[in-house]
Amino acid sequence: MAQVFTKSMARNIFYGGSVFFILLFLALTLDTSFALPERDQRHQLDLSTEVGQRIARGKELWETNNCIGCHTLLGEGAYFAPELGNIYTRFGNNKEAIKAFIQSRPAMGIPGRRSMPQFNFSDEELDAIAEFLKYSSEINTAGWPPNIQG
Amino acid sequence: MKYKSQAVAKPYFIAAIGLFLAQVIFGIILGIQYVVGDFLFPEIPFNVARMVHTNTLIVWLLMGFMGAAYYLIPEESERELYTPWLALVMFWIFLIAAALTVIGYLAVPYARLAEMTGNDILPTMGREFLEQPTITKVGIVIVALAFLFNIGMTVLKGRKTVVSLVMLIGLVGLAFFFLFSFYNPTNLVLDKFYWWWVVHLWVEGVWELIMGAMLAFVLIKTTGVDREVVEKWLYIIIAMALITGIIGTGHHFYWIGPPEYWQWWGSIFSALEPLPFFMMTVFAFNMVNQRRRNHPNKAAVLWALGTAVLAFLGAGVWGFLHTLAPVNYYTHGSQITAAHGHLAFYGAYVLINITMISYAMPLLNGREANSMRSQVLEMWAFWLMSISMVFITLFLTAAGILQIFLQRYTETPLPFMVVQEKVALFYWLRVISGLVFLGGLGTYIASFFVAARDAKYPQPIEIGKVQPSPAAV
Ligand code: HEM
Ligand code: HEM
Ligand SMILES: [Fe+2]
Repeated sequence: MAQVFTKSMARNIFYGGSVFFILLFLALTLDTSFALPERDQRHQLDLSTEVGQRIARGKELWETNNCIGCHTLLGEGAYFAPELGNIYTRFGNNKEAIKAFIQSRPAMGIPGRRSMPQFNFSDEELDAIAEFLKYSSEINTAGWPPNIQG
Repeated sequence: MKYKSQAVAKPYFIAAIGLFLAQVIFGIILGIQYVVGDFLFPEIPFNVARMVHTNTLIVWLLMGFMGAAYYLIPEESERELYTPWLALVMFWIFLIAAALTVIGYLAVPYARLAEMTGNDILPTMGREFLEQPTITKVGIVIVALAFLFNIGMTVLKGRKTVVSLVMLIGLVGLAFFFLFSFYNPTNLVLDKFYWWWVVHLWVEGVWELIMGAMLAFVLIKTTGVDREVVEKWLYIIIAMALITGIIGTGHHFYWIGPPEYWQWWGSIFSALEPLPFFMMTVFAFNMVNQRRRNHPNKAAVLWALGTAVLAFLGAGVWGFLHTLAPVNYYTHGSQITAAHGHLAFYGAYVLINITMISYAMPLLNGREANSMRSQVLEMWAFWLMSISMVFITLFLTAAGILQIFLQRYTETPLPFMVVQEKVALFYWLRVISGLVFLGGLGTYIASFFVAARDAKYPQPIEIGKVQPSPAAV
């Protein structure tokens, strides 16, 4: 690099640039947090309602069973099993279909094929998970995924 | 090795390589499960093997960073480490916590592990890469604080160089952004939004500072190029990393709920993110071309140049490939993501750690460089691992393109599982490349034993080859 460009100039670009873009990022984050209530279905999450409680419980079960270790949710996670952000719509807006699928997985798997474990969820737990997946499908994701297959 | 306390780096490096081996073995298990779906089922379901694979990766990279800091900070500061014993205690705490966590993953169902570790008190588990029980996360924070105290005090009390400062800023940032892993609201959009503050701001933010500092250190030592020149490069590289990478976080906000304007911010800034990686490549080759000495550790120089090239390929080229919003609309969460994840992690953070280990281990064992035989093995390891990782990336990219076409692009999109069977050929090829990778890693591990034996029973033939070592820089 030419001598006209000195180390202290480089240092100033580093400090100045970083601080500037951190502040810009925080400003955009603030703006996003104002915009999110319109997009993220948070009215469903009210814990004083039964739906809100079911979603919270459903997310907890989603996490404590590590579903993300095989599936994607809104395109994030593992790529071993289908996208679940739109499973509610793919299953015809039917929570019972989701429950029936999860419930019917064979404990010992399917010879030679990928299979979902049998988690032995109770009916109340299955309700919670289905409610959580329904809520996920209603988040405004800017039109993703491209089609119903996820 | 100039300072006795640098020796604490050694257990960190050894444990890092041990965990790397575990990581790759579990990677191969995953690769097999992709094509033989019931492999090890239900004993080790895919999600469990995946947690072991990705968490051992993160832990060994962190071990490597810590070892690197314990090695280079005393040397840069020109003094002993502030509290060497603390570094050793933390090593054991970290290793045991990591081992217990992995055993927990494998020994009991994940839901049971969550229950046993009191996840309901502060739920943080079950999110990708952050699957560790909350108490393990707390342990990581404690280890990180003790570590930052130790190296921070060493820097404060000693000579302050740009390399040690940048390393320190990077490590403080690493610890700081990890704190967002404790924020896990029921609101899925907020959960995901801040999850990226850990994951993206690590690999495309503060880790780049750590990587830059480590690369600069090894290049100063092995090429003897003037520090002033290296430091100027380092500043400008990390400036570009943060200027592009912070707003570049937006490339993860396209489809998870935040407003559409992130498609612009994310696309524009992340499209510039390859720049710092490209500059690292130019930097490394320039320094080696302008070298003032021929360091006898040729293998370390090869690893350093390999880091610069493959980080640019994996993060820069494969990152750019899917970062623009209209492209990412189709590639999001596909095998293209996995292809990029592998080459980027390997090229940048696996290789920078091996570069450091390769440079420092001989010195920690009391010799400037290993025997030529050992170095030749290391070079074989470099080519075997790097070429097979490039092939893994190419096969996954091919699988990804087909997947996207069949599942997301055609007029008659097919279901996920149907598409997976159609692209199975590429998954088979990936497993084969993975086995070659494992062979490369085995060769690398073997090089340490050959080095130790050659040091013990020097080969007469080699004496002629040993280069006089110019005064260290
Ligand atoms: C060499 C043999 C390897 C094989 C066969 C392998 C295989 C796999 C598989 C099957 C997955 C899961 C993909 C999914 O979720 O569907 C995965 C994930 C991952 N592996 Fe590997 N892996 C190997 C080596 C490595 C290495 C050396 C690294 C680090 C450089 C690595 C880093 C990762 C990362 C970061 C993920 C998560 C990817 C993402 O979420 O996009 N793997 N690996
Ligand atoms: C060394 C640096 C980098 C590493 C280690 C890395 C690693 C990763 C990993 C593991 C993922 C998958 C995360 C998940 O599981 O959801 C990912 C996603 C992504 N990366 Fe990187 N990356 C790096 C740099 C970059 C750069 C420089 C760019 C852009 C030029 C980039 C663009 C992307 C994009 C767009 C995604 C999202 C993919 C999707 O929508 O599925 N990455 N990266
Ligand atoms: Fe990113």
